[in-house]
Amino acid sequence: MSAVARIWARMRTSKTVMVSGGILCAIALLAIAGPWISPNEYLTANFDNILRAPTPSAGHVFGTDDLGRDLFVRTMMGVQVTFVVAIVASVVSLVIGVLYGATAGFVGGRVDAVMMRLVDTLYATPFIFFVILLLVVFERNFLLIFVAIGAINWLDMARIVRGQTLSLREREFVQAARLIGVSTPRIIVRHIAPNLVGIVIVYVTLTIPQAILIESFLSFLGLGVQEPQTSLGKLVNDGTKQMEGASWMLLIPGTLLAAILLCFNFLGDGMRDLFDARRTQ
Amino acid sequence: MSLLDIRELCIRYGNTDVVTGLSFGVDSGESVGLVGESGSGKTQTALAVLGLLPDTAGVSGSILFDGDEISGAPERQLDRLRAERIGMVFQDPTQALNPYVPVGKQLRRILFRHGISDGREADQRVMHMLDRVGLPDPARQFRAYAHQLSGGMRQRVMIASALIAEPDLLIADEPTTALDVTVQAQILALLERIREETALLLITHDLGIIAGHCERLVVIEDGRLVEEGPTRRLFSEPLAAHTRKLIDAAPRLDGASPPPPASGDLVLEADEVSVSYAERNERRQLHAVMDLDLQLQAGETVAVVGESGSGKSSFVRAVLGLVPMRAGRVAFCGQAIAGPAQARAIETRRDLQLVFQDPAGSLNPQLRVERIIAEPLTVHAPGLGAGGRYERVAGALQRVGLDEALLNRFPHQLSGGQAQRVAIARALIVNPRVLVCDEAVAALDGSVRQQILGLLQREQQTSGLAIVFISHDLAVVRSISHRVMVLYLGRLAELAGGAGIFGQPRHPYTRALLDAVPVPDPIAPGGKLSLGGEMPSITDPPPGCAFHPRCRFAIERCRAELPPARLVGETRVACHRAEELEL
Amino acid sequence: MLRYTLRRLLGAIPTLLLVIVLAFLLVHAAPGGPFDDERALPAEIEANIAAVYHLDEPLPMQFLRYLGGVLKGDFGPSYSYRDYTVSELIGRSFPVSMQLGILAMLLATVIGVSLGILAALKSNSALDRVVMGFAMTGISIPVFVIAPLLVLFFAVKLHWLPASWTGSADASRLLLPVLSLALPQIAYVARLTRASLIEVLSSDFIRTARAQGLGTAAIVRYHALKPAMLPVLSYMGPAVAAVLTGSVVVEEIFGIPGLGQLFVRASLNRDYTLVLGVVIFYAALIILLNLIVDLLYGAIDPRIRRR
Repeated sequence: MSAVARIWARMRTSKTVMVSGGILCAIALLAIAGPWISPNEYLTANFDNILRAPTPSAGHVFGTDDLGRDLFVRTMMGVQVTFVVAIVASVVSLVIGVLYGATAGFVGGRVDAVMMRLVDTLYATPFIFFVILLLVVFERNFLLIFVAIGAINWLDMARIVRGQTLSLREREFVQAARLIGVSTPRIIVRHIAPNLVGIVIVYVTLTIPQAILIESFLSFLGLGVQEPQTSLGKLVNDGTKQMEGASWMLLIPGTLLAAILLCFNFLGDGMRDLFDARRTQ
Repeated sequence: MSLLDIRELCIRYGNTDVVTGLSFGVDSGESVGLVGESGSGKTQTALAVLGLLPDTAGVSGSILFDGDEISGAPERQLDRLRAERIGMVFQDPTQALNPYVPVGKQLRRILFRHGISDGREADQRVMHMLDRVGLPDPARQFRAYAHQLSGGMRQRVMIASALIAEPDLLIADEPTTALDVTVQAQILALLERIREETALLLITHDLGIIAGHCERLVVIEDGRLVEEGPTRRLFSEPLAAHTRKLIDAAPRLDGASPPPPASGDLVLEADEVSVSYAERNERRQLHAVMDLDLQLQAGETVAVVGESGSGKSSFVRAVLGLVPMRAGRVAFCGQAIAGPAQARAIETRRDLQLVFQDPAGSLNPQLRVERIIAEPLTVHAPGLGAGGRYERVAGALQRVGLDEALLNRFPHQLSGGQAQRVAIARALIVNPRVLVCDEAVAALDGSVRQQILGLLQREQQTSGLAIVFISHDLAVVRSISHRVMVLYLGRLAELAGGAGIFGQPRHPYTRALLDAVPVPDPIAPGGKLSLGGEMPSITDPPPGCAFHPRCRFAIERCRAELPPARLVGETRVACHRAEELEL
Repeated sequence: MLRYTLRRLLGAIPTLLLVIVLAFLLVHAAPGGPFDDERALPAEIEANIAAVYHLDEPLPMQFLRYLGGVLKGDFGPSYSYRDYTVSELIGRSFPVSMQLGILAMLLATVIGVSLGILAALKSNSALDRVVMGFAMTGISIPVFVIAPLLVLFFAVKLHWLPASWTGSADASRLLLPVLSLALPQIAYVARLTRASLIEVLSSDFIRTARAQGLGTAAIVRYHALKPAMLPVLSYMGPAVAAVLTGSVVVEEIFGIPGLGQLFVRASLNRDYTLVLGVVIFYAALIILLNLIVDLLYGAIDPRIRRR
């Protein structure tokens, strides 16, 4: 049985993981398929059709916004952006965090001390304000948002991977391998890495909702995704401005955002119960 | 009427029975030993008496205490019973005491709960109790946190907490398993002293302890009663096969040493090895090992014995190149080897193999048994094809007496004994010249331990393997060692053949270790208290002979001058008074 | 303990310095200056402005001058609010934010810890599931969604509470903003407390206390609470950072003239000195609070104190 198959078999034993994962998949599919199926266009403004409450009969299931654009298509585009940001930012934090943490943990000693000192320092800095500063100072572009969010989230991953690597390095089976004469790269591949997979999976899952939260926060402030692009955070911001007359503009993207975050949080909790050895032992 | 009367007790978790129809009793003032191997349900039974089993446990049957049914009694009733009528001492005092609250406060809280409201009176009783269990300077220890106390002191505090509300019954669950043998003797002597006031239910896997301290025995296996009766009768004429097996498996000091090896070549040689660690946050060096020598012949077993902190593991790991040496030379078959293990020639690494204490921890949980055992081949026989590799793995498995069916298992699917055999198979598959066993049987039950020791001896006889056997327990190494090296605080205390160490010890520390070993013999039970105090820490070594603060025979010279290791008769010993003492 | 305190205090200095350097460099790497938007000015006037703001000096000089000012509490003049210094602006708006922040943190700690303890003691009961369900929802709804929802419900639909800061002068105007800030933190703290208390309650020394007949109330109070609070205490640093972040949107939504609103306005106006000043101020605040948390941690955990 391959490692992937083993992980999958384990995941299937948890109802939390399967249900929340299933809902997320459904939302993702809808977000991809929705704009194709819908007769409405994402950018088309229709000034005869402003602020229309959700009316399926008129072809606007989620209603329209203050420019008469179809909210269903816009929301689905927002969900797409949210997912893309979440995944890319998580990958960024995964790569940086795992490499950094594993290096510090495996090399140990002074290198580890210096590397972790830097992480501690960064922990104490108000990163989100730096990101805002960064976005204020430079052009607001997609790439910058990914990098910024990934840069915030890699710290946790680095700490956890480092701690795990450090304890693995001292474990007797690694010492045994070293004594036998197994080479360092092979020790890393055979003995360290497979024992890190579980915890990395757990923390990637827990990082995704954080990334989503930061992206939507920035977009809400008008510092994230820019028109004509949209994201759930931006849609919530638009909705806030119109909430007295058109509460659906706030309620629909807000609820969807909360639902996505809720599912990711449940997924993360479930994965932690399954794969975090420190908890299951 | 019995004080404690357990009838038809059953405990199950889901579909697994851990205790089945167990019945026995403890009378007032009586001391009863509850004996069984790990997993036999001893601890579960004790927890059931106190109503401390988790909610997931299904309990049936009856537990009468002083005539009252307490199984399934409401918490309120149990709370009055706990501490006041039944005191409990847990196995590991490091875990069992609250690290966040000073120990005196923890004891005070018990008194407040059980009828004493005056703070000053409570403090005085706590102080008195700490004094009675042998804590020096109780007023100071009152404010100490658990981590500031040594293991032995922690267990004394634990006992004080169990006794402070003056219970009628004391349950002690493996109270000395986590302790060194000389400290164990002290704690057992303390338990003996308090026997006058309470009945004692002593739970242990160690028949040596039982033999000296219990009037009656209850032997259980897999949660069932096997045999019960007076201690002397059970030892002299056990009825049940399992009791017989337990007695036979208990390590003894009066056995014979193995026949001397046919004089083989010198395979491993270490000269004046020293190991130091840098103290955290300070520039000082801590000397874990000082000037230790070792000569090992092919076919020979040398035991390295000492209590925790004696430097036995550091010494051997330095020889293997797993920790850096500060000074010293190591030679393998006459060739000098130096530096860390990774820097050594591949052949040397093949010829020196190590087996760890914790069998589970030394196997990668992600790999199957087959790949674990085959791993050394990938380094030392890379040209081997899949078929040849499988043949070697199967051969190694056979050598350690395991079935081929286990090859597909993961480590967590193995028992402790099986896992240790796998670890030994991994070490033996490359046919090493020297095998180092670091407390390799300490975590195993008696019968399994004997099997593993037998396996090592057979291996030695067939292949001329040289073995370095690290242990804290002299009795364990008795039957397998040709020579024994006793260490104290990083230095050699005594080095002699089996006959010398066990028959005519020349160092007072060796004598004390021998006295302290509990022997499974109710007539001469051993476990004698001949040594007070505990081994000092390497952060603060005493001047002169490191052993002098605990030595009955210490003279002025011992306090000032470090005794060099020298030859007295056939024994190498580091004691100023080695010639004159009658030990 | 004193040595520990001093060491932590000294350890915070490089962190703060790093923040100042990074923020300063970032702002000075900006492609456009604050006056770029305006019509082209005569060269002399531009030079004058540059001289007033010391833009004509080499960067290291500018930095040292700035650092010297910061040490004296002077963050320089604001670009957009021309008659004010940055320090004045921060001094005026911070008290409002502080009031919100302290109230939110208090609420989060008291309610969160209580709910967490309750859920832990009755773990796997219906009560536990309700509390944890609420907590899971709480951590999943962002502040900028919860705040407008609260306004929509309590102010727009029910007219119970004022929708904005300026709409009222009494304490009722605090309620919705504080609640918006506190809700996610209540949820976090409750989850953390529950998990931590359950873990502590399963440790061996709690079993010892049970064997001593102490009873649940005494066990929680004398044995379990202190260690269970350690993770909650560690979370206080990140919690303050989260509340500060949240205050940025909450002040924007409710129109509260606090530091968060000042920061957003300054960002959108490209008022670099002001943004720089506020970032450094926030950083100092968070570093200081983390320091306090560290020291409290040392005071509670006897094993740390000795190191």
